[in-house]
Amino acid sequence: MLNWFQSPATETQVTHGGRLWLYALAALVILFLVIPTFIVIPMSFSDSQYLEFPPTRWSLRWYEHYVDSPDWMLATRTSLKVAVLTMVVATPLGVLAAYALHTAKVAFVRLAFVLLITPMMVPLVLVAIGAFYVYVKLDLLYTVTGLVFAHTVLALPLVVIVVGSAFKSFDMAQEDAARSLGAPRWKAFLTVTLPQVRFAVVTAALLSFLTSFDEVVVAMFVSGGDNPTLTRNMFNALRDQIDPTIAAISTIMIVITVVVMTLAQIFGARSK
Amino acid sequence: MAGTAIAELNADGLRRDARIERLKLFGLSSPALLLVLVILVLPVGWLFYLSFVGADGGFSLENYARMIEQKSYERIFTTTFEVSLLTTGLAILIGYPFAYFLSQLPGRLANLFMIAVLLPFWTSLLVRTYAWLVLLQREGLINKSAMAFGLWDEPVRMVHDMTGTLVGMVHIMLPFLILPVYGAMKSIDVDLVKAAANLGASPTRAFWTVFCPLTLPGLFAGALMVFILCLGFFVTPAVLGGGKVIMVSMKIVSNIQLFVNWGAASALGVVLLALTVAILWIASRFLNLTQIAGSGH
Amino acid sequence: MTARQTEALPIRVSHVTKTYGSVHALDDVSLDVVSGEFLTLLGPSGSGKTTLLMVLAGFTRPDRGSLKFGDREVIRTPPHLRDVGMTFQNYALFPHMTVAGNVAYPLRLRNVPKAEITERVERALETVQLGGYGSRRIGQLSGGQRQRVALARSIVFEPRILLMDEPLSALDKKLRDQMQIELRHLHDKLGMTTVYVTHDQREALTMSDRIAVVNHGRIMQLATPRELYDRPANRFVADFIGDSTFLPVRRSGRGVAFGDMALTINGPVPEADNLLLMIRPERVTLVRDGQSVAPESNQFAATVREVVYQGDSYLLQSELVDGTLLTMRGAVRGANLSAMPTIGDRVTLNLAPDDAAVIDGSGC
Repeated sequence: MLNWFQSPATETQVTHGGRLWLYALAALVILFLVIPTFIVIPMSFSDSQYLEFPPTRWSLRWYEHYVDSPDWMLATRTSLKVAVLTMVVATPLGVLAAYALHTAKVAFVRLAFVLLITPMMVPLVLVAIGAFYVYVKLDLLYTVTGLVFAHTVLALPLVVIVVGSAFKSFDMAQEDAARSLGAPRWKAFLTVTLPQVRFAVVTAALLSFLTSFDEVVVAMFVSGGDNPTLTRNMFNALRDQIDPTIAAISTIMIVITVVVMTLAQIFGARSK
Repeated sequence: MAGTAIAELNADGLRRDARIERLKLFGLSSPALLLVLVILVLPVGWLFYLSFVGADGGFSLENYARMIEQKSYERIFTTTFEVSLLTTGLAILIGYPFAYFLSQLPGRLANLFMIAVLLPFWTSLLVRTYAWLVLLQREGLINKSAMAFGLWDEPVRMVHDMTGTLVGMVHIMLPFLILPVYGAMKSIDVDLVKAAANLGASPTRAFWTVFCPLTLPGLFAGALMVFILCLGFFVTPAVLGGGKVIMVSMKIVSNIQLFVNWGAASALGVVLLALTVAILWIASRFLNLTQIAGSGH
Repeated sequence: MTARQTEALPIRVSHVTKTYGSVHALDDVSLDVVSGEFLTLLGPSGSGKTTLLMVLAGFTRPDRGSLKFGDREVIRTPPHLRDVGMTFQNYALFPHMTVAGNVAYPLRLRNVPKAEITERVERALETVQLGGYGSRRIGQLSGGQRQRVALARSIVFEPRILLMDEPLSALDKKLRDQMQIELRHLHDKLGMTTVYVTHDQREALTMSDRIAVVNHGRIMQLATPRELYDRPANRFVADFIGDSTFLPVRRSGRGVAFGDMALTINGPVPEADNLLLMIRPERVTLVRDGQSVAPESNQFAATVREVVYQGDSYLLQSELVDGTLLTMRGAVRGANLSAMPTIGDRVTLNLAPDDAAVIDGSGC
């Protein structure tokens, strides 16, 4: 053990011992990042009215409460429906756009790219009230369609960036080769290009799902009525009280995130 | 005449073909562009228009004048900048050394610790904000354990104020800083640092004169991203600030939800957007914007 | 095995122009490729040779011009309907398919029955000496093998025209030399009209029936390798192909003169104001003391400035009366070896009338 302290940690002969401060700091940062992400999981299994850690008595009552609540169930269904639809709409739209931006030799490709990533840059509140205003006029307020459109706009930058960078590292000569061998462009894309960027496409789809599923601010304004999202209801509940049911819902959301991200990581790693 | 005919051989047809191909290809991006246009650009344009409509329905600058005249607005802007600057500063202070730690680890270990950054990054920010609410409250885990260890005797108030807001914001923003900085550090050629050491620089000196300057573009991109996201942030200050920390975006929401004053909300939104665009524009003169856009992911 | 001899098609390029902004990538290019011919487009990078090939393949759309495969005008035909085989610089094989999958790709697009696909794929692989490699993955192949797969894929659907874009540039020298011969044999066997792009003059000289030297988007000269080397049309071609020394000469009577010295040449003198005598290093000989030379030979007095022994030969650089440095390559054998001149020697260099070519010196 003593040897380790004196062994060099870097090429420039700084020892591990000399770096203890860095390791201590890193440990604190990891705790800081991870604990708040997972602390609600054990708390959600507590029997107490008040959130306590560690729970004195374990129970599933908050999960029962969640499952028995028609409001929470409705919100969950809406959130899942909207997230899946957002994924289904944003992915092909984003892939097509990324392909167009990658291949079209038009002057305003740059402008189009900037336009497509603006949803990432514009403050969400602005997107939210803007969409709210337009949806009132278009009769899209509190509809799944409206939510899916708004969330698609938020997910598009991710799809365009993730898939776009996959196109960049793809050798487009392959598509030319396919065309010279007799494939029309769309067929060359489907049989040669797409299969090779498929992991990036799947990653982008999963990220689109999460973007929609976790989105709060836009949902606060344009969801509601028959179609409230989970995040909207949670946010409203948070402002009133610290309801342990939310811990149970949070746990479910964390589980969904972990599953989706694990999938994304697996696909992401394979796309490289 | 035959000469002209040959010189212009198929020129019209080829030009037409080129135009059609361009249109077809570019057309593939039109559904996405159209959606962004209808859901984002047009409404924001509409808000821009609304910001210049007064209470009497005519053109007016009263929505902007109000921001200058009323003391409360000055406080909101000060708070917004204060929170954004502090969050960015804290994120740099914590995130830079951590990114350095990650960059020094061997590949597999770095990937493992990277999960600690990526998992919170993709976990719903509402869930994380809620967790902080629970952790920081009077009867929360932090107060309880601090008192158990004798760090303080009375429960300390940490939520529903600036402290809680900052803690929550830094937690949410850290990955946005760590990822680009880590990327910049990983792309540095180790031989450069070795060369510096070889030339007689002490490890500390090699770090500050060679390594650190090379990571600045990544740091700048990350810090910029964090700052811009902070400026428009809503959820975390709304939940953890307990009404005491009022940022621009929260005022926009209350202007609409409580006062139904679209003019006032729009004007604030326009100012917020203008600030964001101005910062991005200034930054784009030093940095590649796509790099910033890609940095978070 | 017997490869079916496909009926080749002639290619007629007329007045093809392509500009990028103010740059002429192709400047009113016209070119006829004879049916069954192996024609090489040779030029430095940025000369327009690849652009011209891409126009033939349909990937680059010119501003104007006509392109005929046989009697069929194809300038506006999209690439997938042109029915030309093409190989790419980095092979552009599909890594997500096997070798057989790659070669079968054009056949599947043409709805060829399954049994026939299998048979034709194997036959094509045998043609490129990769019989039995069908189930391999692309990643398992060496550079040379990949090149062969790319070739098999581009000929399996029996196109009547084959386009090749620097197919050997990624291979090491030894393999490249071997593949050059192989490609040429394959061409002779299959008989398709072949247009080949390269920047390597030796490769062009080795393989081609005719070579079109391209520069600044124009064809500088279109000729057989022999003609190109011996009678380059201008300074650019002479410079680009082989090494040479250029002496400024002027018209004098029916021949030309270098300074005061009238030269004897057998070839034609081009109609140009600016004339150069092109001297290839290996065509110059050293006149030994007491050695008799043909009376009509041209003889230059010179002072040796540099001697470089290169194993199979030696290079001699000597200064002529006007200060020009003339390079000569001498054979290394027997008496030559022991009598290799040394720096400072005054020597006489001999150039036979057949080896003296006068070219248009106005460059390019």
